[in-house]
Amino acid sequence: MTRSVIELVPTAEDRRIARHAAAAIALTVAEAAIPLPLPGVKPGLANIVTLTVLARWGWRDAAWVSLLRVFAASLLLGQFLAPGFFLSLAGALASLLALAGAARLPRRWFGPVSHSILAAFAHIGAQLALARLWLVPHDGVFYLAPLMGGAAVLFGLVNGLAAAALLRELAFRGENA
Amino acid sequence: MRPSGAWRESLLPGDCLILVAGVALCVFAGFDLWRGGAPDAAVVRAGGRIFAEADLSRARRIAVPGPLGATVIEIEPGRARVAADPGPRQYCVRQGWLTRAGAVAICAPNEVSLTLTGRGGDFDSLSY
Repeated sequence: MTRSVIELVPTAEDRRIARHAAAAIALTVAEAAIPLPLPGVKPGLANIVTLTVLARWGWRDAAWVSLLRVFAASLLLGQFLAPGFFLSLAGALASLLALAGAARLPRRWFGPVSHSILAAFAHIGAQLALARLWLVPHDGVFYLAPLMGGAAVLFGLVNGLAAAALLRELAFRGENA
Repeated sequence: MRPSGAWRESLLPGDCLILVAGVALCVFAGFDLWRGGAPDAAVVRAGGRIFAEADLSRARRIAVPGPLGATVIEIEPGRARVAADPGPRQYCVRQGWLTRAGAVAICAPNEVSLTLTGRGGDFDSLSY
């Protein structure tokens, strides 16, 4: 009997995506330890990785990293298929759609901060819509919208600046490698 | 050159535009959603029937006839009150200006009531 061996050879692209997804997952798990005043409002530090990947490798890689992060982090945190997971997934999908559009804006004028804020708004928009349709079928959830919008602006700005700083650092290292 | 970490460099003109738009959206949403309780109109009832309905956009006075005499309702932009009433205890007059949707002033002896209507009242219904 001949043994058949199936060998999966990860490409350089696979490794790159896995490396970035691992960083994003680590940030999400670390962030889960931070106590937060409002459910649904959190910094979303993993998005720094998504933004960096978007700027360096394009939207496809960013989508892989973002979605792998949502699935793997929810498994690690015991949230898989819980309501929080679906909110997270809806937010990530909406953010990716927003990023697909935002990445087409002229680079000279719109940097990672724009991408970050637009994605953050798409994120809370999708979460509020899903929460309204499924979890809290009452217009009361929209009373949280201004607060969540404020968080989107604040954390979008902070994450965008962090991603921009990271990109500058990576560009510097690339030049001097 | 090593990146200086100057955060201003990362903030492109378009970024500032989007930042300002985001803040404006939040402020607008806050005003729109948290305005709850602002009244739209005043409803004046006499003897259980609607005597007058007035929007709260302009000032006016309404004299409502009742069994004891005329109750005077005063309306100003955004608020309304019972300015004068022939009743003995003057409860509805002493209530002062009504400013929230759902607020009611009742002049029972003269069978006149003043109600502010609008979305987001504080209660679902009232029976008396």
